[in-house]
Amino acid sequence: MENYFLILIGTVFVNNIVLAKILGLCPFMGVSKKLEAAIGMGMATTFVLTLASGASYLVNHYLLGSELAYLRTLSFIIVIASIVQFTEMFIHKTSPVLYQVLGIYLPLITTNCAVLGIPLLNVQENHDFIQSLFFGFGGAVGFALVLTTFAAMRERLEGADVPLPFKGSAIAMVTAGLMSIASMGFSGLVK
Amino acid sequence: MLNALLVMIGLAVALGAVLGFASLKFKVEGNPLVEKVDAILPQIQCGQCGFPGCKPYAEAIASGKAAINLCAPGGEAVMKRLADLLGVEPQPLAAEAARPKPKQVALIDEQICIGCTLCFQACPVDAIVGAAKQVHTVLDSECTGCELCLPPCPVDCITMVPVEEGLNGWKWNYPVYPISDDARKDVEVTS
Repeated sequence: MENYFLILIGTVFVNNIVLAKILGLCPFMGVSKKLEAAIGMGMATTFVLTLASGASYLVNHYLLGSELAYLRTLSFIIVIASIVQFTEMFIHKTSPVLYQVLGIYLPLITTNCAVLGIPLLNVQENHDFIQSLFFGFGGAVGFALVLTTFAAMRERLEGADVPLPFKGSAIAMVTAGLMSIASMGFSGLVK
Repeated sequence: MLNALLVMIGLAVALGAVLGFASLKFKVEGNPLVEKVDAILPQIQCGQCGFPGCKPYAEAIASGKAAINLCAPGGEAVMKRLADLLGVEPQPLAAEAARPKPKQVALIDEQICIGCTLCFQACPVDAIVGAAKQVHTVLDSECTGCELCLPPCPVDCITMVPVEEGLNGWKWNYPVYPISDDARKDVEVTS
């Protein structure tokens, strides 16, 4: 139990997928202009990433093994893309409200490198099935947390008196860098 | 080698089968009227009707929230077919849809202007400067080309001049695709 808790804390704060591992930067910059969109994207990613890390664990453990390890990346991509597609269809049918919230962001997640990165990290760190699920969920929560805080900051920056050369993307990059430096305060807390 | 091929083919076939099955099983039936209206609209997503694209406009027409005469690229033809489909009277095209105006600004002929101040009282954006019995002039950068200053002028000294395209303010033209006769026939058969 303690083990799972440590994985959660570790992935959400200490080894944050965006700020420490520098993965998933394109939705981090792209979908963070509006807080509402960032929350939608965070929720969709959490959903997909948890499923994807579970499924890719099963594929890796039962289908590939150590013999076909070189097919890992390829097969993970196929599995993730299918899961995203399936999830989109399933949600569209079962919950129109959830589809309105997540719908546009689901196809974007296919190309989110964090979603591929976390299953690969799972393999690297020899996680078992439950650990993989927690690692995926924690990583996604960390991603959502950083995305929403960053979006909130960017919304405030819109109204701030930023010097002309720094307006727009430039100040966003600086902010992201500062966030990353701030998150280094957590380093060493959990291995 | 053979193992690898089998695994990848098996994975692709299995996931493809799941997705194919899901697309049938979770098929979402939209409002059929929306589909029919959408099929008539020109699908260039120009947004001149005031909706963010053809589909949203089609939804608004189908639910009776929008008039059928707002589509500028479709013109008369689209409006008439929408009227047929919905069983309503054809209506003349909305003023904005009927005639796309070139970008233009007002110009005051200073030889004729008597300095009556009537035009700058009419100007909604304060683009005309001047004072009583002083010659007025128009600030090109502020003028929106709304033509509201034309009627009040007692000496008709204001003309509208189209703005020449220069390096400042140049942009791509909106794409315009003619709707081919074949496409029209296809739509007529299906509707």
